[in-house]
Amino acid sequence: MRQIKFIAQKEMYHILRDFRSLIIIFVMPVMMTFLYGYAINMDIEHIPLTYVDKDNTPESRALIDRILKSGYFFLTPHSPELSDPDQILRASHAAGFILIRPGFAKALNTGEPFELGLIIDGSEVSQAAAVQSYSNVILNQFLLDRLPPETTVPGVKLSQQVLFNPDLQSSHFFVPGIVAIILLMISALLTSITIAREKEMGTLEQLLTAPVTPTQILIGKLLPYIVIAFLDGLLVLIFAKLLFGVPFVGSFPLLLGFELIYVTTALSIGILISTAVPTQQLAMQFALLLTMLPTIMLSGFMFAIKNMPIPLQIISRIVPATYFLKMIRGIMLKGSGFAVLAPQAGFLALLMILFLFLAIRRFKTRIG
Amino acid sequence: MNGNAVEIDHLTRKFGTFTAVDNLSLSVGRGEIFGFLGANGAGKTTAIRMLCGLLLPTSGTGTVGGFDILRQSERIKRTIGYMSQKFSLYPDLTGRENLSFYGHTYSLDKSTLKARIEELAELLSLSEFIDRISGRLPLGWRQRLALAVAVIHKPTIVFLDEPTAGVDPVFRRTFWKLLYDMAETGTTVFVTTHYMDEAEYCGRISIMHMGKLVEIGAPRELVLKHRASDLEDMFINLIRPQGVTDAAN
Repeated sequence: MRQIKFIAQKEMYHILRDFRSLIIIFVMPVMMTFLYGYAINMDIEHIPLTYVDKDNTPESRALIDRILKSGYFFLTPHSPELSDPDQILRASHAAGFILIRPGFAKALNTGEPFELGLIIDGSEVSQAAAVQSYSNVILNQFLLDRLPPETTVPGVKLSQQVLFNPDLQSSHFFVPGIVAIILLMISALLTSITIAREKEMGTLEQLLTAPVTPTQILIGKLLPYIVIAFLDGLLVLIFAKLLFGVPFVGSFPLLLGFELIYVTTALSIGILISTAVPTQQLAMQFALLLTMLPTIMLSGFMFAIKNMPIPLQIISRIVPATYFLKMIRGIMLKGSGFAVLAPQAGFLALLMILFLFLAIRRFKTRIG
Repeated sequence: MNGNAVEIDHLTRKFGTFTAVDNLSLSVGRGEIFGFLGANGAGKTTAIRMLCGLLLPTSGTGTVGGFDILRQSERIKRTIGYMSQKFSLYPDLTGRENLSFYGHTYSLDKSTLKARIEELAELLSLSEFIDRISGRLPLGWRQRLALAVAVIHKPTIVFLDEPTAGVDPVFRRTFWKLLYDMAETGTTVFVTTHYMDEAEYCGRISIMHMGKLVEIGAPRELVLKHRASDLEDMFINLIRPQGVTDAAN
């Protein structure tokens, strides 16, 4: 036990004396949150749109007004002489335009069928899809609002309601995932170089002739980094919350508790990598490769796990972010409590023990 | 447990097809100062690393302090002190922090450790430099510090791999005086060196060449046996590539 304490103390000296690295440790996660947060923001807003209003009635103008004021679009005007749809799109650089033929106001009042035109530039697929769905929603709301009160629309009506993220804002979904990726990556990076550095500098040679066991060395090295990674996590969470305004429904202390388990698991991965590779550079590359890719592809960050082939689903079980994502999304967006998330925490703790056990087994007390 | 500090029996270490240590057998008594000589690449460091438990032999056996080098390396670590050829202390820690860290790994208690650090600082004239970041010390002082770390826990056997390389002559003398003092209190000193004048300070020396032990004995006896003018002369003759004759003779 005393040995562990002194190894931890020594490791703390290394961390605190390397001032540049210390800055990187705290600046990098914040910068990454910022960059990833904006880069992966999937909400498409501020789409250029134009219109051709041949009806030119108060009703048609109201519809256009409604669409443009929805917040998703802005108007890019085009010269009124143009009539060819291709030309209009090209001249206005719009993602699409709305064509209101004469008779819109009349059809609205009499209820006869009427075809409203929406011409979309299909070359930008995701933007086109957004134009389609947004304008559909807006049009439906517009039509519903115009129905006189107390009247009912005949036929079956589908009532849609989205819970937890009512606007289906992707940031609410992605920001917790970004937090999960950054914490995993940074933590694994931190510890991945610790033993590799001692190998590279030759200090391991002296350490290995001293009567310390692999368990003492690895646990001693791990402890100071738990503090650092935990603080990093706190920083990233606060920053993400402030920057992206993600709602926070559940208990913050509970999330911090889970964060502690999560970063310790990530640090254990770093330690495991460190025992296996000879140089710091290689250690860092492995740490990035082994944390980023599986987290993005297999943790449920981008793709739903239940839609994956069975082998990938099994692999997702040993990706720590799989569990942390459920925790952080659960706590932040749904307000889930400890009882609901305890199994996730249990699995995560098991993974941590597994990685540490493997690292201790792998750690060679001999050189060469 | 036998009486010898170091006992090596047909020790061999190969790296791929290269045999660094070839069938090495020797024994070193307790309290002896044993000079382990050989040209660069002769296999000295590899042999020392095997004795300290840092490397496993390809074949052969050995004991250090009576403990088996294959199976009891943890017990050996408590018995020995080791000074590497290359500076292996933490360069970002001060001398005192390095000494204190290693002292603690040997479970020395606080007051014993403190007194021991003062004692060593005095013996090695390190006091002035002990609170400086060790990586920034001049080579000579780094070597003193490394020696201090190797003996912080008063080991019964010390392995010193080129301890005086790059150290000035005045300090080499201090170094050796310290080794003599240690040997007098029963410590076994197993030391490699390039300096032939230092080899003469040793009770016995061995000479390794291309992984093999070519000669072992007391320095003076060896000089007589080989009818050499001095140790250096004998050393050069022994390790000269076979078939090459010295034109001057």
